[in-house]
Amino acid sequence: MAHDYETAKKVVLKGLILLALVTVAEVFIALLGKGHIISGFYLPRWFIYLAMIGLSVYKAYFIMGEFMHLRYEVKGLVSSILLPFLLLVWAIIAFLWDGSHWGQQREDYKTPFERERQGTIIDEAELERILERTKNLD
Amino acid sequence: MSEEITVKDPETAKTGKASWEGGSEPFKASYGKLMMWYFIMSDAFTFAGFLIAYGALRFSVPTWPEPDFVFQSFPGGFTGMPLIFVTLMTFVLIASSATMVRAVQEGQRENKKGVVFWLLMTIVGGSIFLGCQAWEWHTLIVKEHMTISENPFSRHVEAGTYLAGDGYSIQAGDTFEPGDEYLIHKVDGEWNQIPYRTAAGEIKLQEFGPPAFGALFYFITGFHGFHVLSGLIILLIITINVASGLYVKRRNGYEMVEKVGLYWHFVDLVWVFVFLVFYLL
Repeated sequence: MAHDYETAKKVVLKGLILLALVTVAEVFIALLGKGHIISGFYLPRWFIYLAMIGLSVYKAYFIMGEFMHLRYEVKGLVSSILLPFLLLVWAIIAFLWDGSHWGQQREDYKTPFERERQGTIIDEAELERILERTKNLD
Repeated sequence: MSEEITVKDPETAKTGKASWEGGSEPFKASYGKLMMWYFIMSDAFTFAGFLIAYGALRFSVPTWPEPDFVFQSFPGGFTGMPLIFVTLMTFVLIASSATMVRAVQEGQRENKKGVVFWLLMTIVGGSIFLGCQAWEWHTLIVKEHMTISENPFSRHVEAGTYLAGDGYSIQAGDTFEPGDEYLIHKVDGEWNQIPYRTAAGEIKLQEFGPPAFGALFYFITGFHGFHVLSGLIILLIITINVASGLYVKRRNGYEMVEKVGLYWHFVDLVWVFVFLVFYLL
């Protein structure tokens, strides 16, 4: 029993270090990939996304398995908890698909005038007024 | 007929009772623990719904604020430190999850002092996390003026040259490319959208970002923060109960600590995905 207790304590420390390292790795990939660490160096977006999602799912797997003790529960209990989450697979695909469709529709229903005129265009008089107002800011 | 069915039941062979007559635990978990798991599942679906809504809205607009530009402040007036503060927050929450596991382990060996100590450590960790979140919200509301309907963070969709400075990072004459991030500041309580000249020679003003960003951020991190707050209150009550010796009498290895532990790990689990969606993607 005492031996079990010592092993269990070590698992907690190992888990803490592992989760911290995975988090640091995620942030490092995000910053490296978006050019914050080596200027001018970028990673492809699909690689960043894949790495982030993969590492986060691994963290979730570890927290549920070890910290929430799910790995040591009866098989029926584990499947009754995990299988319903398969519903989310379709929910994610469907709603992201729908989301990009909304964006497409917003584009489609613009008048030719709106499509031509992106953003707020101002004239020289308005520009003068803004420059006068903000000249003390620099 | 009914006798035949009860004989075939494997539970009956072991316990001499049919499964549906009660008294046996097919999942080898108590009622309370099982129901905590199913509560956690339903809550997980709620959070999944919110995060998927974020994804759908993000996919529906041409630009979205860049997280390492939005979240780059650090206490003490520092800026230009992308994601460093939120990484610290995340680490604190993970650490409080680890101390929670220690409290459960001490409970299983009926060590009252150990349980109280590790529960207090967990409460300290959770409070620090909540404090960090309060600071982050304060920065966004007071300094950067993001509200649930106005979002000053955005990215350019075309190249151009600024015609004025904003008193912060933009100077007149600075050029930018599509995808470059900016934050619209307020001057004397009024929005100060900086004018710029496009390659075609038109003069335009900086556009606001998608307003949904502010609403989603405050709502989802607020909902998570509310879970942390509820968790802290429950932990506090359980700690008092443990210290008063209530669970010693029950002789069930401090199962109540185990149940509140499941909830606390769930709060950490949700943060993994909130962190992924808001700060990493």
